[in-house]
Amino acid sequence: MQSNYELIIGPRKGWQPLDFREVFLQRELLGFLVWRDIKIRYRQTLLGGAWALIQPLMAMFVFTFFLHRLAGVKGDPQVPYAVFAFAGLSAWTFFANSLSQSSNSLLASQQMVKKVYFPRIFIPLGTVGAMLLDLFLSLGLLAILMLYYHVHVTTHALLLPVFILGTLLSAAGLGMTLSALNVSFRDVKYVVPFVIQMGIFVTPVIYPLRIVPQKYTLLMGLNPMAGMVIGFRYALLGSPASWRVMGVSLVTSVVLFVSGLYIFRRMERRFADVI
Amino acid sequence: MAPIIEVRQLSKEYRLGHAVNRTTTARELMMSAITAPFKRGKQAKKEAPAFFWALKDINFDVEAGQIVGIIGANGAGKSTLLKILSRITDPTEGSVTLRGRMASLLEVGTGFHPELTGRENIFLNGAVLGMRNAEIKEKFDEIVAFAEIEKFLDTPVKHYSSGMSVRLGFAVAAHLQPEILIVDEVLAVGDMSFQKKCIGKMSEVSKSGRTVLFVSHNMAAVENLCERGIMLKNGTLVFDGDVKSAVANYLANSNRAGEGEGHEVDLSQAPTRKSQFTSIIQKVELFTDDGEPAPRAIQVGARFTLRIHLKLPHEVPTFTCGVGFNSMFGQRVLTLNTSYDPNLNYDPVSGETVLVCDIPSLPLVPGEYFIFLFIDFGHDRKDAIPESFMLSVLEGDYYGTGKNPFSGVFVVPHHWNLEPVAEPSPEGVLG
Repeated sequence: MQSNYELIIGPRKGWQPLDFREVFLQRELLGFLVWRDIKIRYRQTLLGGAWALIQPLMAMFVFTFFLHRLAGVKGDPQVPYAVFAFAGLSAWTFFANSLSQSSNSLLASQQMVKKVYFPRIFIPLGTVGAMLLDLFLSLGLLAILMLYYHVHVTTHALLLPVFILGTLLSAAGLGMTLSALNVSFRDVKYVVPFVIQMGIFVTPVIYPLRIVPQKYTLLMGLNPMAGMVIGFRYALLGSPASWRVMGVSLVTSVVLFVSGLYIFRRMERRFADVI
Repeated sequence: MAPIIEVRQLSKEYRLGHAVNRTTTARELMMSAITAPFKRGKQAKKEAPAFFWALKDINFDVEAGQIVGIIGANGAGKSTLLKILSRITDPTEGSVTLRGRMASLLEVGTGFHPELTGRENIFLNGAVLGMRNAEIKEKFDEIVAFAEIEKFLDTPVKHYSSGMSVRLGFAVAAHLQPEILIVDEVLAVGDMSFQKKCIGKMSEVSKSGRTVLFVSHNMAAVENLCERGIMLKNGTLVFDGDVKSAVANYLANSNRAGEGEGHEVDLSQAPTRKSQFTSIIQKVELFTDDGEPAPRAIQVGARFTLRIHLKLPHEVPTFTCGVGFNSMFGQRVLTLNTSYDPNLNYDPVSGETVLVCDIPSLPLVPGEYFIFLFIDFGHDRKDAIPESFMLSVLEGDYYGTGKNPFSGVFVVPHHWNLEPVAEPSPEGVLG
């Protein structure tokens, strides 16, 4: 009956890496949590999954009308502003929603955290994973818009997975950090909506990078979403690339993700006591 | 073979006042960082957090296949021990070595989502408890049959009765196949027939050679299921041995209810009150023959009068109040209920009211009993206090023979006669 399995439970000290073996063994649970989040996200709503599209679509209309028509902001020359904005908004909406959902995820699952053991990291990761569906839905709508406006896809599209991955890493990294902090410091709940609100302006979502003075572009790269939004448009619409910004942002994403893993691991041992 | 569970010098320290911590904000933290250097000894000392050891230096081994009961009063450290063993929280010192796949069941239906259907929740809950998808699929029909929810499989769990969701939760958990199973008090839920089913399932699990750690207040269940008992008291291990001695030890030490000896039991803040209730039952006063106050002890066969003080939140047209006597083994031996009295008439009542229950002669054999109090308005339970206090029934010469009645549960007046068999008449038996 007894297997060779042996587990030693003791006090954990300092910074520890993720237990990849355990995460791998229980990967099915991550799948279930993603599936659960998707199933319940739009339950008992009238419009259901359409909400994944309404949000960026409405934003697109508002920005196209006020920012483009009235204020005269231009997008990239080769595509209509609406498509330009929607491509940016798809990436941004995914990032923003992932962040707001995942930062609250541990608190929302506190019953589970207090009563059963499983890799806690699955909770914020599961929420971010579930948001991917929304991203793909809105990319589908983008494809329709591109057909309508006769925007052609180029081989750049092959790079899209890189930028999706970068977005995913930064959303997950920040999500892990913020959800862990939220357990002890409920300030997070006030910080996140504010950061998201400001974020859309410090990220070139609704304006092109070229209107930002050259000397600030590297600094912009430190905002992981700056490079990712530029990357989304480069890959999908053939917009001009800024390899420096995209490179810095990709590195930032990876740093955010890895530090998120460590911060989460460090804080998780107190979750059940503090939450 | 090495023991399947090895616990060494296990200790857990908690910081008191986590309720305060709960609302810690970054501002407070920053403020205290700024002001701390300016605070002098006295004030700083006053604000030093208080720590306490929920567990201190616990050592024990469990061999594969053993069924161990962990007993102890509330706050003895049982839950903390289970939480460490099930990896929910880290110990402060010491270590636990587990040599087998472990599953813990501190609650039934952990991770249930009310919006999901029964079917969906079986998969989710199974995964949360560490079952693989294939395993759940294989056991699915068994789980559904055990929970008796076939008809409602595709109904969202939010429409389930509480009994149904408890059954479903236990059914999933009961089909786990770990080498080590850790179970906390889950038998205390559900109706009687389901509890029986659960106990049956538990002993089935234990017979299959798995190692089980079982925490419960129900001494009868512990004695029934376990072979070994570990007793904790104030965070330390005070007894480890065969289950009969452990239970006896526990009962001897038990002061769960009715601490203090007065004839008045203040129940406005009763710690054993079920958490969903607000206090309606405020106080109970106990009297015996001739209105003499009875300080929670009463002689067998004596008059027993309970004055139950109620504080009703609003006008109540009909209510039912009951008093249950539970034996030390958690078995209900006697229930008194206002609805059993055909002569009780009252107008709608409100505010503070005293309900008097009079038993001309208490028919319970000497021993300790936990008193369960409850009140229903109409058919809704509004207040319930299990183990509201402990009543000692004292020995006494009930039968007037100079001896104490000692066996069974009840004493009842009864008579014995010898009836001489009539001599058969010479004419024959039929005569």
